Amino acid sequence: MGKVPFHLAVAAYCAAMLPAVASAATDADVESLRKEIDALKAEYAQRIAALESQVQQLQANPDVGATAAVDQQVAAAPAAPPAAANAATAFNPAISLVLTGNYADLSRNPDDYAIQGFIPAGDGVGPGNRSFNLGESELTLAASIDPYFMGNLTASITSDNSIELEEAWFRTTALPFGLNVKGGQFLSSIGYLNEVHSHNWDFVDLPLVYQAFFDGQMHVQGAQAKWVAPLDEVLLEFGTESGNGNYFPGTSLTRNGLNGYNAYVHLGGDLGDTVAWRTGLSYVDLHADDRSFDEPNPAGGDSTSAFTGASTTWIADAELKWTPIGDPRNQYLKLQGEYMQRREDGHLSYAYDATDLDGSYRSDQSGWYLQAVYRFLPRWRIGARYDSMDSGTMKIGLVQQGLLSPADFPLLLSGSPTRTSVMVDWSPTEFSRLRAQYAWDDASAGPTDDQFFLQYIYALGAHGAHKF
Amino acid sequence: MIRKFIGASLAMALLVTQPAQAALKVLATTADWGSLATELGGDKVNVYTATSALEDVHFVNAKPSLVARARTADLVVANGADLEIGWLPVLLQESGNTKIQPGTPGYFEATAFVRLLDVPTAVDRSQGDIHPLGNPHIQLDPRNVAAVAKGLTARLAAIDPANAAYYQARGSDFQGRWQQAIARWTAEGAKLKGVPVVVIHTDQRYLLNWLGMVQLATIEPKPGVPPSAGYLAELVTRLSASKPTMILRNAYNDPKAVDWLSQKIGVPVVLLPFSVGGTPEAKDLFGLFDDTLNRLLAAGK
Repeated sequence: MGKVPFHLAVAAYCAAMLPAVASAATDADVESLRKEIDALKAEYAQRIAALESQVQQLQANPDVGATAAVDQQVAAAPAAPPAAANAATAFNPAISLVLTGNYADLSRNPDDYAIQGFIPAGDGVGPGNRSFNLGESELTLAASIDPYFMGNLTASITSDNSIELEEAWFRTTALPFGLNVKGGQFLSSIGYLNEVHSHNWDFVDLPLVYQAFFDGQMHVQGAQAKWVAPLDEVLLEFGTESGNGNYFPGTSLTRNGLNGYNAYVHLGGDLGDTVAWRTGLSYVDLHADDRSFDEPNPAGGDSTSAFTGASTTWIADAELKWTPIGDPRNQYLKLQGEYMQRREDGHLSYAYDATDLDGSYRSDQSGWYLQAVYRFLPRWRIGARYDSMDSGTMKIGLVQQGLLSPADFPLLLSGSPTRTSVMVDWSPTEFSRLRAQYAWDDASAGPTDDQFFLQYIYALGAHGAHKF
Repeated sequence: MIRKFIGASLAMALLVTQPAQAALKVLATTADWGSLATELGGDKVNVYTATSALEDVHFVNAKPSLVARARTADLVVANGADLEIGWLPVLLQESGNTKIQPGTPGYFEATAFVRLLDVPTAVDRSQGDIHPLGNPHIQLDPRNVAAVAKGLTARLAAIDPANAAYYQARGSDFQGRWQQAIARWTAEGAKLKGVPVVVIHTDQRYLLNWLGMVQLATIEPKPGVPPSAGYLAELVTRLSASKPTMILRNAYNDPKAVDWLSQKIGVPVVLLPFSVGGTPEAKDLFGLFDDTLNRLLAAGK
């Protein structure tokens, strides 16, 4: 305790004690007097602690603190216990833990799942496993580092006892002109759903277009700079990201410097008092070096192909949320859609048994989803989503030259995968959610995959953000 | 291609960028603190209120227009005590506006100027969505409003020193009128002392404390937890034995549960504005208390 706070605390203690003692002195009952004094002592010890923290604030920021310290006494009118320390001053990082899990009933074997006509991405594709599945147990720690930076770590512990790093980043908090810089590993801000953590999704799984084009969500290892335009009524923000490029559709590269980049612009605002909207346009430019994938060969066994070249993706997204006047817990409707178009240009190698070939490759593919989620009762929501993919044009040099036949690339044969999903969820409080989802999935060639999910999501610890 | 993209973006930015206005831009999180900022700042401030009395301030989304407001604000007048925990930190972060970050003069929290009630001794969500820092709904005790006004006047003067004298003068004028009004409201409200009531959430806590009214029960069994049929049935039995004089409902509350209970136990529901704008009469802070008292007194007869 410093010199000033100690004096102030003693002064406050005496000032507060005197009238209390004086009025109590008229009381004849000495025993109750003693009890009262003990209670007062305990109370004032707390008040002194509160005053100390205020004095510390005052020293840190004299202009602000001075009024606060004076007014604390003025406002003492309602008899009440002293205020607890402000959470913002606590040193411990805010900790939150999310527990998720599901039960899945899939009519087709998930091992055979593929989005027909699209180069297989990785583990991010497909409905997951059958039966009971433990989802990610996601632990987040976040706090201010100093007056200039804040830090965040989100790690998920997976059911096979490994720890996956979701996000680990710092961001600036004191750059001028509305600039924000983030560095480390983070969910890219491209599109809309890319930076939404899985426990905040409106469906059990991601749209097909995210699975096919980004193997789920893009985690950038690098840096992001964004700027919000100084407008009163309309949100206009620009952002750009770059990193090591080792995230799908890019691969690890041995180059120095910035390996690929993303850019986005968001525009959003209100329509009257009840509708909020946002639209965005994003661009992804990455390079793949030997991005390999396996396909079952008609003659048995697997062939291995690899793409090397440039991959660029455009994303257009739009969201609209209608909340009628009244309690937003009771009713709202959210519409959301994203359209993506990807071009890949380079060459594709092919290896099967003794065959080892290399030829040109060029594809122009697209996909979109549209979804609506409606809260119709305080704890209940229903939602529907439609996914559609267009395998577009794919020019494989080895096939065009007649060295291989289209049948040698069974997963790349043209297709128009679609999926329809419906869900209902129940959230007893802000911190828990139970969901049932049914989907008719026509992403893979062959019969429809009927998928049924039951899912739980529980949030423990620090209060989550109500992001748009 | 990307050059076109950046070029188009910049052109769009220039098109929509407007010249900055001279008045101090204030972003208030609730209608009450917005109204207070207008009272104290007069024409030297340009106040935008993020929420209305017809919504539950806790459940607001960090929607894009609010990020835009936070970007250009010179001062954020927040309620604090975790009331806006779900969205205000997101706004402050997303805006990239260094003037309004917590700990800077541009960030003002009303609850820092009053003593909070109901500070829990144990914090556990099994008790519902409790507020670990205490009950944040401080605006319904006019003495709290006076204390916050004093703090806000000083803050306005601190961040806009050129107009400090103006704010001080308006502040004194407000305090004078407010103290008179408090005397009047306290005298009128004396009749309400000891009147038993039922509330939905504990958000009239400061009003009841000020007027000495007695809270018999809450319709929510725990904060933020809607009542079950069993709990309501038990409430009916309990309240039929010792009847409250009225059931209080805020402008933003769903009327279903209170209307049902009102019918069951034959006790009137009193709709309270709760915040400025909650009823047509509650046009400003004076109107808020005038109307609240009128409605309570009418039902308390």
